[in-house]
Amino acid sequence: MKLPIYLDYAATTPVDPRVAEKLMQFLTMDGSFGNPASRSHKFGWQAEEAVEIARAQIAELVNADPREIVFTSGATESNNLAIKGAAQFYHKKGKHLITVKTEHKAVLDAMRALEREGFEVTYLDVEASGLVDLDKLTAAIRPDTTVISIMFVNNEIGVIQDIAAIGELCRSKGIIFHVDAAQATGKVDIDLETLKVDLMSFSGHKTYGPKGIGALYVRRKPRIRLEAQTHGGGHERGMRSGTLATHQIVAMGEAFRIAKEEMHAERERVAVLRDRLLDGIKDIEQVFLNGDAVQRVPGITNVSFNYVEGESLIMALKDIAVSSGSACTSASLEPSYVLRALGLTDELAHSSIRFSIGRYTTEEQIDHTIKIVHDAIGKLRDMSPLWEMYKDGVDLGSVAWVAH
Amino acid sequence: MAYSTKVIDHYENPRNVGSFAKDDPTIATGMVGAPACGDVMKLQLKINDQGIIEDAKFKTYGCGSAIASSSLVTEWVKGKSIDEAALIKNTDIAQELALPPVKIHCSILAEDAIKAAIADYKQRHGN
Repeated sequence: MKLPIYLDYAATTPVDPRVAEKLMQFLTMDGSFGNPASRSHKFGWQAEEAVEIARAQIAELVNADPREIVFTSGATESNNLAIKGAAQFYHKKGKHLITVKTEHKAVLDAMRALEREGFEVTYLDVEASGLVDLDKLTAAIRPDTTVISIMFVNNEIGVIQDIAAIGELCRSKGIIFHVDAAQATGKVDIDLETLKVDLMSFSGHKTYGPKGIGALYVRRKPRIRLEAQTHGGGHERGMRSGTLATHQIVAMGEAFRIAKEEMHAERERVAVLRDRLLDGIKDIEQVFLNGDAVQRVPGITNVSFNYVEGESLIMALKDIAVSSGSACTSASLEPSYVLRALGLTDELAHSSIRFSIGRYTTEEQIDHTIKIVHDAIGKLRDMSPLWEMYKDGVDLGSVAWVAH
Repeated sequence: MAYSTKVIDHYENPRNVGSFAKDDPTIATGMVGAPACGDVMKLQLKINDQGIIEDAKFKTYGCGSAIASSSLVTEWVKGKSIDEAALIKNTDIAQELALPPVKIHCSILAEDAIKAAIADYKQRHGN
């Protein structure tokens, strides 16, 4: 077996070889390298046609009209364009926005930027499950609320928000609803004909497409308007100027086409592997699954191993590529804000590991992962003074720690 | 995380992991850090009548550098008098392990652990 084993599909996915092959056809002199905006020759026409096919493929995965798809550089840009663009365009209607504490930084930081422009933002708490309580969301809505942004699938814990219900609520109040769906495409069914969602962000590289490409769904009926954030040649109906990256767009289109075709079979396969993983580690003491046990995608499993620290765990798991909610893996010393928002203690947030399974994960890899996890937890707990105290029956909450 | 080979070595083959019986009068225990901060170090020293550290053991909950820092100090303090051990500085630990700047606090914690263990010894032996 090739090591390390990749179990970080929520961070990024490898490009599907079928996608890579498509992408390479749009780069060189022999390929369709033209500028899709060139109207006066065949090079441009070919590129434009390829872009339009890709646009339709992306629209098809989410049951939208191709004219509702705007290409961007990725989900971060889509989130920025959606949130800032809508808030600014409709600022005369009100200056209050709502989002959730467990959102991706691209949403939270876009909101922070708007606060500096004089907008007011409510950062809603989530339940211990990671889900949004509809009543609490309803209570947070004000007459001047213009935009609500809530993600479909959480990138750290994999929980699925009730987008249908939140959409109904927003529509009934005349509030624009933006959904970051970067982690949702190819994992959950998305039907924008029934969902009352006005803006939805997509990413290429979370769904076996390349990095550096994304899209924003902008509803036509009822029509949503945005203040452009990037000015220039007026591409993408003025919403996002810049020469279209044909090769990346075509690749994202192909990736989304494959996602539509294979997502149901893939979801089942990944769920079997996920169950195998959970089954393999469930006999370890003091292991906790983070986030709702039912309302989740099978690809993302976030667990905390009590009394071991996340970064040392990652080091012990060096043969498997996973992410940790531990502060020590980043420059800041704060543990994951997502896990903290679920009400996890700092200790449990520090000892969390996200296993994310995907298209190329095998049963053999999962079995090896289970073995490595057992060994690592055993070794680190033998070394852990907290584990020793826990085993001696000491209540760790009653100890007077010397914080530093 | 680009750790030095010394950190990796101490992390993968930690020296002197374990615990001494706490009620043994020759054992001094220092526990520093907090679970909420992501690291807790327990350092135990076995000190003879002459005030010489004969043996040391540690248990650490923390990142790779915290484990390496505590493993290293157990090696360093052995054979030293408590006064000599008290002179070990966090900068020496950080330098020996080539700790990155964000991990300097781990070496500070290891220095604090030595000091806490010595304080425990002095308190128990009334000087």
